[in-house]
Amino acid sequence: MRDALRRLQQLAERRLPALTRFRRPEPMPIELNRRRIYIVPTGFGIGFTVLLLVMLVGSLNYSNNAALLLTCMLGASGAASMLIAFRALDGLALASVSAGQAIAGQPLALTLEFESTRPRSAIRIDLGDACQAFAIDASGKADVTLPLATRQRGWQPLPRVRVWTTWPLGLFRAWSWMHPEQSVLVWPHPESGGPPPLLPADEGLRPRLHRGEDLAALRDYRSGDPRKHIAWKASARLGHLLSKDFEQPESRPEWRLDWRELEGMDTEARIARLARWLGEAHAAGRRHSLWLPGLPIEVGSGPGHYARCMSALASLP
Amino acid sequence: MIGVTRRPTGPSLDSRAFDLLCLTMACVLGVHASHLPWWLVAALALVLALRWWQRRRHGTPPPMLLKLPLLALLAIAVVFTYGTIFGQEPGSALAVGLLVLKLLESEAPRDAKVGVSFACFGLMAALLFDQGLVATFVVALGLLPALATLRALEPAQASASLPRALLPGLALLAAAVPLALLAFALVPRLSSPLWGAPNRTEARTGLSDQMSPGDFVELLNDERPAMRVTFDGPPPPPEQRYFRAYVMWAYDGRTWEHVQLRLADGRARPLEPLEARVTTGYQVDLEPTDRTVLPALGMPMEAPAEARLSPNREVFSDKPVREPLHYALRSALYYHLQPKLPEAARRFALRLPQGLNPRTHALAAQWRARRAGDDQAIVDDALALFHDGAFRYTMSPAPLGRNAVDDFLFGTREGFCEHYASSFTVLMRAAGIPARVVTGYQGGYWNPLGNYLLVRQSDAHAWSEVWLEGRGWTRVDPTAAVRPERVSQGAAAAAGDQLGWVQTSWLASLRNQWDVVNHWWTQGVIGFDALRQRGLLTPFGIHDTGTAMLGILLAIGTALFVAIGVGWALWRRERPEPLSQALRRLEARLARAGITRRRSEGPQHYLRRAARALPAQRAELERLMNRYLELRYAHDEPVPELLREFQRAVREFRPRRVVK
Repeated sequence: MRDALRRLQQLAERRLPALTRFRRPEPMPIELNRRRIYIVPTGFGIGFTVLLLVMLVGSLNYSNNAALLLTCMLGASGAASMLIAFRALDGLALASVSAGQAIAGQPLALTLEFESTRPRSAIRIDLGDACQAFAIDASGKADVTLPLATRQRGWQPLPRVRVWTTWPLGLFRAWSWMHPEQSVLVWPHPESGGPPPLLPADEGLRPRLHRGEDLAALRDYRSGDPRKHIAWKASARLGHLLSKDFEQPESRPEWRLDWRELEGMDTEARIARLARWLGEAHAAGRRHSLWLPGLPIEVGSGPGHYARCMSALASLP
Repeated sequence: MIGVTRRPTGPSLDSRAFDLLCLTMACVLGVHASHLPWWLVAALALVLALRWWQRRRHGTPPPMLLKLPLLALLAIAVVFTYGTIFGQEPGSALAVGLLVLKLLESEAPRDAKVGVSFACFGLMAALLFDQGLVATFVVALGLLPALATLRALEPAQASASLPRALLPGLALLAAAVPLALLAFALVPRLSSPLWGAPNRTEARTGLSDQMSPGDFVELLNDERPAMRVTFDGPPPPPEQRYFRAYVMWAYDGRTWEHVQLRLADGRARPLEPLEARVTTGYQVDLEPTDRTVLPALGMPMEAPAEARLSPNREVFSDKPVREPLHYALRSALYYHLQPKLPEAARRFALRLPQGLNPRTHALAAQWRARRAGDDQAIVDDALALFHDGAFRYTMSPAPLGRNAVDDFLFGTREGFCEHYASSFTVLMRAAGIPARVVTGYQGGYWNPLGNYLLVRQSDAHAWSEVWLEGRGWTRVDPTAAVRPERVSQGAAAAAGDQLGWVQTSWLASLRNQWDVVNHWWTQGVIGFDALRQRGLLTPFGIHDTGTAMLGILLAIGTALFVAIGVGWALWRRERPEPLSQALRRLEARLARAGITRRRSEGPQHYLRRAARALPAQRAELERLMNRYLELRYAHDEPVPELLREFQRAVREFRPRRVVK
């Protein structure tokens, strides 16, 4: 039933764009106005109307004017609440959308920044199955973060977002569609397992540097230690010579990840492998560089570098 | 900067919404409390309080094992008390009980919505019992927690304290007033009820068609309004403010009773003829009495619509007065009623129970013998007896025995109007003068603010009418002989109550105003019926007030209000931007000088063109242009000092007219 309705809705939106207000993607900011806000009574609103009718007939039957007046007050309040529902959306603007980072198959955190000249309450957004409610306070801005389902790597256009509210009494539902003209980049999904990257030829042969700048420990003097490494003060206290041992942290080999070395695999498999290597390198804090066709990325490390590499991978054709 | 206040949108009702729901139910219980049995109210209040405490403390739904027995208990209690579950009173008891029990299973927003809806219905039902101004106001206040509950069910809103949470509902109700009044005025009224007429079991205090000593005490303590009277001319003097209700002929030694006398052959007696030249016109707004009698000043000339005159000129409505009733009448204050008394009527008017009150009979016979047919002298003798015989006016007289009149006249000598009227009438009948007891209202309070006479239940009074040769039925008020201030100042003054604090002027004026408001409410709202509806529309040239016409008017009016509302909803306040405003002012000045900005023209181009057109002010204009450009584009926000300077420069700029 629900599926049938959805199909009918999609058909109507294709055939009757003017009626169903099927909106093409539009540049931001998107501001809601009266031409694109729709109002229907909710189920509760319909039930409440029936109740009002019963109250009306009851008070008329007993010709009880005070009860009639009360019924009229309640009915008029309900009607006024419709206008308030409209006002809750009218003038609401979606200023920008910023996307977080996610690999394909995982939800992407999408942050919508709404702006308004006046405070608003109880506005809800539907994005796919996710629903989020928010309010805008006197500052006039609100950020709402929603998860966006992703399936494959690459640029993914933003879907339509439904903005709606049943403010203030839940009798009417005002809604509108916002379809921002923006795409978000989804990172490739790393392969689950495979060989480690080929190390450069000189990897592992370079001698470990023991002499560094950091003081590691004091040890007994061995002949041949430089004089300037002798810890004179400590030696004087103990009566025999101690030598300061300096150590430099072990320099971890940097990975040179190269598209060209993965000859013979198809594109997506190459990307998945590189993504896995990038992930491993990032997790181990290893410096790495990435060579992609037409897009060499210098050696680097840290989240920024990782994001740059993954984005480059994601946007490969 | 992030203004998101999130609430869990899960199925559970949050505590604020639940508090408000409890408050709503408490309001419904409160407005019904006055007509429900006290133990039911107490039990329901206890259930409500316990449930509130329990959810706040534990947050778990109560077990089903508790709900069902409570439900059964409620049904049994209602059936046990009223004998049925149908009808207004048992129905409301059941509804209020169910509403409170609904709290036991209110865990989700949906339950709260259903609960609030039926609470609105419960509030309305309370008005079926009392639609006075105060009651209606209190019930309308009950809508506030109901609306606040619905509001609290919405997610993501700025939290406010509980009292503040009620305010938006008040604003909403206030905004709804115009449309509500329109709908109220134009909703077509039903000509006849669709189902059972209201059954009122509660007794209203008011005049009864019987009178036995002691009956009036409750009445004389009842300060509620009985009616309000407006006069076409000036109000009659206080001693003429007698409103006749029942004429009582039948006396059994204890009770006077209103009976319709018939002729010997069973036909209704003819209307007693009335001779009068001067009449007074007035309108009465009668509070509901559940009786058919319509009190009338002096002697009514004819009956108003849907009412009739009885033979002895009482006015009876065709149906009991269950709603406030408005009627217009014309009465004679100085008159001759039935100058010739038919023999049958004389017999009725002399009838006394046998073997009672021997001393009264003896006294009457003594007077009869002494005055030898001068009825007026006998009346004067009786009044003199009341006046000089150490009689006392009191609301709590000593009880009377079997020979009530003897006991009163020669024993206790204390009582209030009905004792005096009753014993006087018996005395007259014993002396052979046809007499009857009349009950009604006497006096009233002239409200200068509203220009009407307010007659309260406490103004209920009893007096006599005696038939005198050549004058017909003549009103005699024996109470006035004992306590003249009863006639001039009212029952309370006659009772000698120390009502000093009521007489204080500011309090009196407050009472006046309050009564005026009550009067408006009764007239304008409670008594607003199809007739008033027609009266409302006649000035607009609409004489047809059929359902269709009212429907059309209602639709037009509603559309109008909705249009106003939509206008409000669409209206957006533009924040004035001072720099653009200043530029616009400069443009207006230049436009007056003949240089209008074109649609496609930017400010720079425009001002340059202006400078070319006004060579004399070229330097000034260029300076203005540069300042504008700097203010607009050099900074994110215009520098305040520079902005003020620019505004001043614009103010001082006076373009000279272009000579073409």
